[in-house]
Amino acid sequence: MAVYIVKRILLAALTIFLVATITFFLMNLVPGGPFVAEKSISEQAQAALKEKFGLDKPLIVQYKNYMLSALQGDFGLSLKQRGRTVTDIILSKFPVSARVGGIAVLTALVVGIPLGSVAALKRGTWIDNLIIVIATCGIAFPSFVICTVGMYVFGVYLGWLPTLGLTTPTHYILPVFALAFYPTAYITRLMRSSMLDVIGQDYMRTARAKGLSQFVSLFKHALRNAILPVVTYIGPLLAYALTGSFIVEKIFVIPGLGKEFVSSIANRDYTVIMGTTIFLATLVILMNVLVDIVYKIIDPRIQLK
Amino acid sequence: MKKKIALVLAITLLLSMGLMACKPAAETPSDTAAPSGDGAPVAKQLVAQIGPNPETLDPALNSAVDGANYILFAFDCLLNVDKDNKIIPGSAESWDVSEDGLVWTFKLREGLKWSDGSPLTAQDFVYSWKRVAAPETAAPYGETVLGMVKGFAEAAAGNPDALAVSAPDDTTFVVELDHPCPYFDKLAAFQVLSPVNKATIEANGDAWATKPETYICNGAFYIAEWVPSSYILFKKNPYYWNADAIKLDSMKMLLIEDPNASYAAWQTGEAMMIKDVPTAEIPSLRGNPEFYIEPLLGTYYISLNDSLPIFSDARVRQALSLAIDREYVANTLMQGTYTPATNFVGPGVADWNGDFYDNANGGKPYIDVTNHAANLEKAKQLLAEAGYPNGEGFPTVTYSINDAGYHKVVAEYVQQAWKELGINVKVDVVEWATFTPMRRAGDYEISRNGWLCDYNDPSNLLELLYSTNGNNDGKYKNPEYDALLDKAAAETDPETRSGYLHAAEDILMADAACIPVAYYNEFYLQSSKITGAWHSPYGYWYFQYADIAE
Repeated sequence: MAVYIVKRILLAALTIFLVATITFFLMNLVPGGPFVAEKSISEQAQAALKEKFGLDKPLIVQYKNYMLSALQGDFGLSLKQRGRTVTDIILSKFPVSARVGGIAVLTALVVGIPLGSVAALKRGTWIDNLIIVIATCGIAFPSFVICTVGMYVFGVYLGWLPTLGLTTPTHYILPVFALAFYPTAYITRLMRSSMLDVIGQDYMRTARAKGLSQFVSLFKHALRNAILPVVTYIGPLLAYALTGSFIVEKIFVIPGLGKEFVSSIANRDYTVIMGTTIFLATLVILMNVLVDIVYKIIDPRIQLK
Repeated sequence: MKKKIALVLAITLLLSMGLMACKPAAETPSDTAAPSGDGAPVAKQLVAQIGPNPETLDPALNSAVDGANYILFAFDCLLNVDKDNKIIPGSAESWDVSEDGLVWTFKLREGLKWSDGSPLTAQDFVYSWKRVAAPETAAPYGETVLGMVKGFAEAAAGNPDALAVSAPDDTTFVVELDHPCPYFDKLAAFQVLSPVNKATIEANGDAWATKPETYICNGAFYIAEWVPSSYILFKKNPYYWNADAIKLDSMKMLLIEDPNASYAAWQTGEAMMIKDVPTAEIPSLRGNPEFYIEPLLGTYYISLNDSLPIFSDARVRQALSLAIDREYVANTLMQGTYTPATNFVGPGVADWNGDFYDNANGGKPYIDVTNHAANLEKAKQLLAEAGYPNGEGFPTVTYSINDAGYHKVVAEYVQQAWKELGINVKVDVVEWATFTPMRRAGDYEISRNGWLCDYNDPSNLLELLYSTNGNNDGKYKNPEYDALLDKAAAETDPETRSGYLHAAEDILMADAACIPVAYYNEFYLQSSKITGAWHSPYGYWYFQYADIAE
């Protein structure tokens, strides 16, 4: 296990290095630049800005400078949000996104796993059909539709829920709902199909034959195996959910990281693009390592090498 | 076994809980404005949305309208603009111009203070103005606001002390100009030239303008909180010289990017005023007394790339211009949120004796937008004269836009309108970050364009077509036109100067140097409870003087 973890960390470092390198050159290949406005900024001011942020140097030198300071933990200054460091932006916005995203993932698990299991057990009945219909809707509805409909119905029309910011617990309901709907539906479907798979296995028949109740056989024997695909899915899901969603944050005015990802690209805010990408890559890799370890705990047959 | 499943869930739970524990500043209650000293029981707070998260609130670095509006709340320039767009005293109680128009002397009020209570003197203006000119500041508006000051070129090249601004004593600030600038009083009221605090800037660098505790200002309000992409909380500045006139205790500016979100904030009563109204709601808002459409100083126009042979003939340009039904574009396509353009310089821009628009072309509009059929006939005739009867032989041309606002619907309309002349148009949608550099480089055929005035003077618009102007995207080049603007710039007599500017617009319109389509308006929702505030044609809301009726 220890060897495995060390190996994964080394591999992770290499992956992050490659992600950073590819992102750096790709973003510089895209035409346009950070210092554009409807009204032209004078040549002199543009040159001064480029010099200030080191963009006047050849690309390869910029790359070297960036990587060297990134290694020392300095991710530079945002080119657009003047005076703010990239580290500042990530550290102040990640907790906000992570809170909403974390609650959403938790909701998805708490709702999705039982729902999927029930659907599998009651296969073919109206309960199963109902759950499948809801799950299909969850997969099919894009989050902006859920956001806008939720906002209109509960925020504006009924006036039950606030729609702006995250000041009280009730503020979380709509954004969490919007974020959790898709993963809940996905987990429900995953859970249902893997549960169906497991229920048909010989050992389940044995468990039933030796007189175990349906409840015990399901929770003691079936769930543990059936949950594996869900665990695989949780890794990337957590990484993406914790770093926030552009749409949900924009609509509910949440000062999270999700918006930074997308707007930094549209703004050509190079340092923020790099910082957020490296951050997300690290998180995805970290979550995947965690998932592998959890896997091993759940299913001792799996060997981590 | 259940234990282990529980473990899986516990890991997830712990992760989320751990993250939940990192409580950011966003969670601190915002409505903590203390009751004001006059014994009012409830603190008066105005809640409004006038834009998304501003990129910067550093007066020297800002170039956005919403950013300038926040700066207007927090800073007090030498001069101010009042409700009727007249220049009035600000931090300077009076000002003088020498006979030749080259020396401007501002007399500051006694006892001015920064928001931290320290004294503010004329030296602070000297520092601030030199900072705007200095190349390391890279102020986007440096040249616009200080280009006429003596020594600017040298200052911009790296020696800020060459800028001819000085403070003979603590309350006297003197500016020497290189050439006369009749609208320099308007520049002295422009946010870029706000005084900034040297101590905080030297201690904190660019970051001074990102944190409330280092954001030292001198205006009616100071910033108590700024949660990026969430809100900015302004509180009344007790050190402001005119603090007695300020009735609000605080203003909460919601930083909302999505118009649907801001509209929901309006509907739920969370915001008393919103700037970003979804265009789809406009028809249902008509007639609502809280819905306002007010003019802005600016023109939506189309640039033709004159460096291309196909657009070098003024008759072709004129034909393309006349084929557009401006009333239909402004009133129908743009839902009345724009006004049809008959001239390049729109209504509201000041002339020496009134409105430049009213005096233009002998008091007549250049384009009669009420008679589109006649315009179209004329357009067809001009195109035929230019050698393209019914558009025969005219190549397919590309109209470039970025996808925002009404650009797309206008582009599609133009496609249709020019089809009437027999001209085929392709619409090319370009991403924002590449759009303006492409246009500036002249790497296009036809492009949408627009300008909102920085200061209320026709030259601000007319200069856009000056051959060497950085914003002359159409690459229009007419020595006669340039000469008239040069003469106007050197002229001190307002009436003579105005004559040159009108003559220049005559040429511009006769030549169809660009195609003015519509004048900008601002449309917004504002509660009738807000009193004493006004919206200026520069696009600013003067909330600092507002009150809230119970």
